[in-house]
Amino acid sequence: MANITDLGVAEIRDGFRAKDFSAREVAGAFNDAVAGAEALNCFIVTTPEKALEAADAADSALAAGTAGPLAGVPLGIKDLFCTKGVQSTAASHILEGFTPTYESTVSGKLLEAGAGMLGKLNMDQFAMGSSNETSYFGNVVSPWRRNDGGNTPMSPGGSSGGTSSAIAAHIVPAATGTDTGGSIRQPAAFTGICGMKPTYGRCSRWGIVAFASSLDQAGPMARSVKDCAILLEAMAGYDPKDSTSLDEPVPSWETALSGDLTGKKIGIPKEYRVDNMPEEIDALWKQGTEWLKDAGAEIVEVSLPHTKYALPAYYIIAPAEASANLARYDGVRYGLRELPDGANLQDMYAATRAAGFGEEVKRRIMIGTYVLSAGFYDAYYTQAQKVRTLIVRDFDNAWAQCDYLLTPTAPSAAFGLGDLSDDPIAMYLNDVFTVPSSLAGLPAIAVPGGLDKQGLPLGLQVIGKALDEQGVFNAGLALEERAGFSARAEKWW
Amino acid sequence: MSVDTETVLRIANLARIAMSEEEAERLKPELNNILGWVEQLGEVDTSGVEPLAMVIANHTHMREDMVTDGDKRDEILANAPLAEHGFFAVPKVIE
Repeated sequence: MANITDLGVAEIRDGFRAKDFSAREVAGAFNDAVAGAEALNCFIVTTPEKALEAADAADSALAAGTAGPLAGVPLGIKDLFCTKGVQSTAASHILEGFTPTYESTVSGKLLEAGAGMLGKLNMDQFAMGSSNETSYFGNVVSPWRRNDGGNTPMSPGGSSGGTSSAIAAHIVPAATGTDTGGSIRQPAAFTGICGMKPTYGRCSRWGIVAFASSLDQAGPMARSVKDCAILLEAMAGYDPKDSTSLDEPVPSWETALSGDLTGKKIGIPKEYRVDNMPEEIDALWKQGTEWLKDAGAEIVEVSLPHTKYALPAYYIIAPAEASANLARYDGVRYGLRELPDGANLQDMYAATRAAGFGEEVKRRIMIGTYVLSAGFYDAYYTQAQKVRTLIVRDFDNAWAQCDYLLTPTAPSAAFGLGDLSDDPIAMYLNDVFTVPSSLAGLPAIAVPGGLDKQGLPLGLQVIGKALDEQGVFNAGLALEERAGFSARAEKWW
Repeated sequence: MSVDTETVLRIANLARIAMSEEEAERLKPELNNILGWVEQLGEVDTSGVEPLAMVIANHTHMREDMVTDGDKRDEILANAPLAEHGFFAVPKVIE
């Protein structure tokens, strides 16, 4: 039999049910893999005992005939999810030591379905970053390296970088991510895995540390489209505790998976052909259109004329929402408190926030505070929300001509840690292909397509209509079946 | 529009982030760079366009008017940096 840690969610679930192995064996194998991969710095906290506890419960449940849909499957949980009794920091100093007395809806649903938790995954601080270099708990390192013989540590992407690195390194079979402007899809592309951002509102945001509430969505990351579908089924659903969660039935996406796209139309948005995009990404994009044609789809060129304004609109809207959401970290109710000698209450707030937030978080709070301040609100924030309306309309117009859009996931392959950290805007440009669909709340999946000449993974993205996760999964599956991506980072850690 | 050091310090104060003049000096070009970049939105004609209020159509639920939560004082205080007599404790605010 294959090494247990090389199995995905479906294989573990089915093998466990077929009694090929016990849940305890699975949890033990992944606990060992996690313990042996400290060099990647994927985890802020590991919880091997929780994984074993869930595994024992799964083994008993199987014997009793009550095993849940994810029984026997251990998962990583991004540190943005509050987990009862386990430190939850959003990779920040200001929440260091914060131990929730409650469980986020999404992680709770996964546990209820029988999954176990291997630990809390490192990420960009408060999900603000595209390289996993803003964590208070250190950079996450990708298992991938360039094939130039050098050992340059590569970025796993961000903000779900602990998630992407851990899945690519086979130390977890799958994990949760969150996506505000690309934080599931860009790290998936950088590490050669799949990541699905569902329709805004599919997953409850309750218990997820808030960054930009009109954009934040939880989603699954895994090594196959099918595994993403299985996990999303368990994560999604209406939650009365989140007024933006959608009261829609959760379809059985796994059962209806089909890579046959006969009768479907795929739009190729011409505005996604950006300057300075590596030729290999353009070539993969063309290859992707051929793959979808082969799956039976018809290809049409479409136009999303406001695409170039999506990123600047995002960098007004997201910081504005963040500045409001992060006002709660004040040194009173949880986390860090800095109380200089003789400080009054206002001094305590300011000292706590100065010491507790990292540079990128402060930068975004400052931008957000500025664009919302008296006299500037209309020029920045209102204008950005109007542009957002135009971006939504662009997509609506495209849907009159096609069923899905195919684009590259990111404008480059992974870069070395430190390569972009002095240039915030260059870093922001990583999300140029993922931000527009985030602003429109649409479901989108990242699927690995191949390797570039440096030996690094490149990804393709499928964007679909609101609530059409099935279509997005199916088109993703059609790509996956034809790409046959099986490359894997050589173990050095 | 661009910000000067005084504006950076005013924004920091509004955001309740303690900041020295040196830090504000360092942050100023970074913020101006980002603000200069987002200002390209000004070139988009948005006349007659409503700002987006809701990205996916949704409806608000009514529920029974009854208590569904509460009685969790100790849980709520469990992570407080300082709690006294069942309350969050902060430096004295009244002289």
